[in-house]
Amino acid sequence: MSYCMVKQLCDLPLLGRVLQFKGCSKAYTLRYRHRWIKGLPVSCSSRSLNTQPDKDPIDLSKFPVDKIRNFCIIAHIDHGKSTLADRLLEMTGAIAKTEKNKQVLDKLQVERERGITVKAQTASLFYSHDGQEYLLNLIDTPGHVDFSYEVSRSLTACQGVLLIIDANQGIQAQTVANFYLAFESQLTIIPVINKIDLKNADPERVESQIEKVFDIPREECLRISAKLGTNVEAVLQAVVERIPPPAGSISEPFKALVFDSNFDHYRGVVANIAVFGGRVKKGDKIVSAHLSKTYEVNELGLLRPEEHPTQKLFAGQVGYMIAGMKDVKEAQIGDTLYHQEQPVQALPGFKPAKAMVFAGMYPMDQSEYPALRSAIERLTLNDSSVTVQRDSSLALGAGWRLGFLGLLHMEVFNQRLEQEYNASVIVTAPTVPYKVLLSSAKLIKEHGSEEVTIVNPAQFPDRSVVSEYLEPMVLGTILAPDAYTGKIMSLCLSRRAVQKNVVYIDEQRVMMKYLFPLNEIVVDFYDLLKSMSSGYASFDYENAGYQAADLIKMDILLNGRPVEELTTIVHRDRAYSTGKAMCERLKESIPRQMFEIAIQAAIGSKVIARETIKAYRKNVLAKCYGGDITRKMKLLKKQAEGKKKMRRIGNVEVPKDAFISVLKRKDK
Amino acid sequence: MMADIFRKASRGFSPCLRRLSDFRVTKHAPESPSTSPLSEQASLYVHWPYCLRRCTYCNFNKYIPKGNNEEIMAKCLQMETETLLQLSQVSCITSVFFGGGTPSLAHPSTIAKILETVSKKVTLLDEAEVTLEVNPTPVGRAKLKDFHHAGVNRFSIGVQSLQDNDLKSLGRDHSSLEALQTLEEAKKLCPSSVSVDIMFGRPEQTVESWSSELSDMLSVCDDHVSLYQLTLERGTKLFKQVHGGQIHMPTEDTTAEMYQAARETLQQHGFQQYEVSNFARNNSESRHNLSYWKGEQYIGVGPGAHGRFVPLGEGGVAREARTQTLEPDVWIREVQQRGHGTRRRIQLGHLELLEEVLVMGMRMTKGINHKNWELFSPELSLHEIFGASLNFQELQQSGQLILDDRGLRCSWKGLALLDSILPILLVELDRQIFPKSAS
Repeated sequence: MSYCMVKQLCDLPLLGRVLQFKGCSKAYTLRYRHRWIKGLPVSCSSRSLNTQPDKDPIDLSKFPVDKIRNFCIIAHIDHGKSTLADRLLEMTGAIAKTEKNKQVLDKLQVERERGITVKAQTASLFYSHDGQEYLLNLIDTPGHVDFSYEVSRSLTACQGVLLIIDANQGIQAQTVANFYLAFESQLTIIPVINKIDLKNADPERVESQIEKVFDIPREECLRISAKLGTNVEAVLQAVVERIPPPAGSISEPFKALVFDSNFDHYRGVVANIAVFGGRVKKGDKIVSAHLSKTYEVNELGLLRPEEHPTQKLFAGQVGYMIAGMKDVKEAQIGDTLYHQEQPVQALPGFKPAKAMVFAGMYPMDQSEYPALRSAIERLTLNDSSVTVQRDSSLALGAGWRLGFLGLLHMEVFNQRLEQEYNASVIVTAPTVPYKVLLSSAKLIKEHGSEEVTIVNPAQFPDRSVVSEYLEPMVLGTILAPDAYTGKIMSLCLSRRAVQKNVVYIDEQRVMMKYLFPLNEIVVDFYDLLKSMSSGYASFDYENAGYQAADLIKMDILLNGRPVEELTTIVHRDRAYSTGKAMCERLKESIPRQMFEIAIQAAIGSKVIARETIKAYRKNVLAKCYGGDITRKMKLLKKQAEGKKKMRRIGNVEVPKDAFISVLKRKDK
Repeated sequence: MMADIFRKASRGFSPCLRRLSDFRVTKHAPESPSTSPLSEQASLYVHWPYCLRRCTYCNFNKYIPKGNNEEIMAKCLQMETETLLQLSQVSCITSVFFGGGTPSLAHPSTIAKILETVSKKVTLLDEAEVTLEVNPTPVGRAKLKDFHHAGVNRFSIGVQSLQDNDLKSLGRDHSSLEALQTLEEAKKLCPSSVSVDIMFGRPEQTVESWSSELSDMLSVCDDHVSLYQLTLERGTKLFKQVHGGQIHMPTEDTTAEMYQAARETLQQHGFQQYEVSNFARNNSESRHNLSYWKGEQYIGVGPGAHGRFVPLGEGGVAREARTQTLEPDVWIREVQQRGHGTRRRIQLGHLELLEEVLVMGMRMTKGINHKNWELFSPELSLHEIFGASLNFQELQQSGQLILDDRGLRCSWKGLALLDSILPILLVELDRQIFPKSAS
């Protein structure tokens, strides 16, 4: 049976990839995923088939809360979080020590390529300290604020964090953002200065930064090299000694936090949970607080980091649970689980994912629609934070408007779509959700509320029925060498940003905080910042609510006719530059025709920008005799075929490429 | 065309014409293409693949000869002519054109032998137009008389430019003086039947310098002018030079202006434009080239030559697009082995044939007349195909196209935009023909 399953899975490459991502079948994951457990006995591969009575090799009851430490590692990109995780896993025997252990917890191609963690992974480690055995739960977190909600949920399951900082680069924007998340959750923070083996390492300087920015005494900093294993033992000791045990007790009613969830085609939702109180065992009837639905616990266990079934989980422990949930939306991150008979107060802080960046996605060719649809479905199975809405564009055909937590989230999603599903996709430039306060009583009644969120420019209500337009804001943190301060400040000003704070974190590095309209940073801000600072500036942001803004709807006209799919919502101050840029891009991509074409950007009836495509004066091949016909016919027929595919706006034929070049995110 | 044939008919009743007369009686009866008069006659194109040197702008099928193989070449050209005439079953060759390459490098006896082969096999009227492309070098000029003797009655002279600098940089092997001398000689031999090729849109050329050069040309030339725009072809030396930034080509707008200026100048000198790039006075249009644009059959002989005819000789019923093997040595071997070097044959479907007729016909200022269209499309008239189309009506209203009792044609300004108009016409044609051919 086990063999059959392996074969079946291998026959389904697409499905295989889904499984690879969340690893449901041990058989499959053994082959492709955890290279480092290849050497283990095969018995663990048949475990998930449940053909034998469960044995519980680990007696979890011998780990009361005071022998448990729950912690996570937070760091700026590339500061060494995953390498440290690899070392901790090796030292505690969770994985064999080999050369190949590189970013064991980062399983996605995109994670390894970008050096980021997108999906959190968890590993329970057994560690002896002073003659006592401890259960250390390493809860890996996504490293980026796009996933700050997920990070904050992971943090809720912890009592302490390892804050990793590169000994060469020092504090970066994400370090700051992560620090505050941990600080606000009142966690014990252990600063770990990594990469001390590097030639340019300057741990002294980083320690002063930590003192200055985070107010943590330099004596508390650990200096390590995760790559070489230098001083990593001290990290484990600090985890036991400095981080307090979890607060719950076995005598309380069962109460657990869902801090991650994955989807598995054969077993349904696999939820990662932190038990805050009481105990849970196989067969228990539990309820999810958010949807008030009841489930029976089918399987429980530890993650080491591969699944390791147990009979029970106790207060303070962290593990996985399978309870017949069919959809990741049933196990939303941040939700609370409790016993059917013993309802408890839900844990604070739960909020459903809220999309902040929207983009249209269309297949390159409409014949690829079904394939792209199933690719998107499969990807979203594991990421409940992506919102999916069907959309269609006269120019680009049928597609979707997807909502993401932030820019990185969107990029990661696109990259996975392309890499894991081989889908060629047109992604439109991202937009943000605006809000509108309606003034017309009739419209308020129609919408059921005074405040309406607008994602599609076509639904943007006219000024006359609106008392106020609002745009989403973010608080951005930029860290950069002071040589770039001037340039960065003018870039921020050109993006309508308001300066909030400027601090020198040491002699050369400046931390700047700006309040940005989200719309101003979604397209190319980060790329510009990187290139103007030769890559030295780092940027991170957190959502900062909505603010009133002078928003207007801008139309693009071709020979006087509006092009529906190019309508855009812009801030009045940016209307001219945006309109001009769009007209220019259209001019480049619409071929000359037999008549003149006026490309205009207009607000209401007022034209604010114009480009002209001059009419063709001569377009005929000079020579054409008997010998040339075949080649010429081919060319003409190709043009004739192309004509059938062009979209006509009035008398102007617009090729799909023109829409793509205007709507698409710029290539990097 | 009809008038042309009747003109000839008064001088002698040829089998070719007789069949045509038969057809005129029976043409309303349903017919398969094989019995159509269109397959009774053809023009003949003979390709001479060799050049002495390579022009910097040319990507045409031509080879620098390795040794003297003229005798073999002449034999093979004759043999292939014979084979393909047999295959086509035509009874009449209406015109012959020797192109290349540089056919004036061939020995006049080669030309004579090929023409004899044609005459032996089918009717080739004395009046039939026989054109030879000539490179205006002293050697070319010296051979003109012998070519004329061999049966050539029309010369097409590749003058290209009267600017010696330009001739040099384009890699031509003649001077402007040599060109003028060749032209004089040719005019003496074939009065009213000499054409000059002249090229505009050359590197660094201006509208003014072009106009004055053209005027100079028109004061000395005969009754026919072919006007070509220099086009950058991939793989040529010029292409590399332009992309490397060493040479600048005039802009699209400038060449458009050059074209319009030339059309006006030619008209002022009494030349009628009869095709996109061809102008004639005193009824000196090229019969041979007109036959291409009217969609008539042609047989292509020689390396890389193209043909369009029905291979009646092997029971074919549909017109084929035929291409001869490109490489001369390979072609020679094939002709020696099996009598011809046809490399590719593609049967043209009904729609494809009409597409070619449309695309070629619209190049003529007279366009396509209803009668000629009916020969190819008895079931659907031009009015039926295009009359109801909104896109077509737009072109009429904007003054680019004319569809009236005479037929379908471009206006003066429409002709310059033909390549933008044709795709629109092809879309309509496709839409109208497809349901018909499917039923």
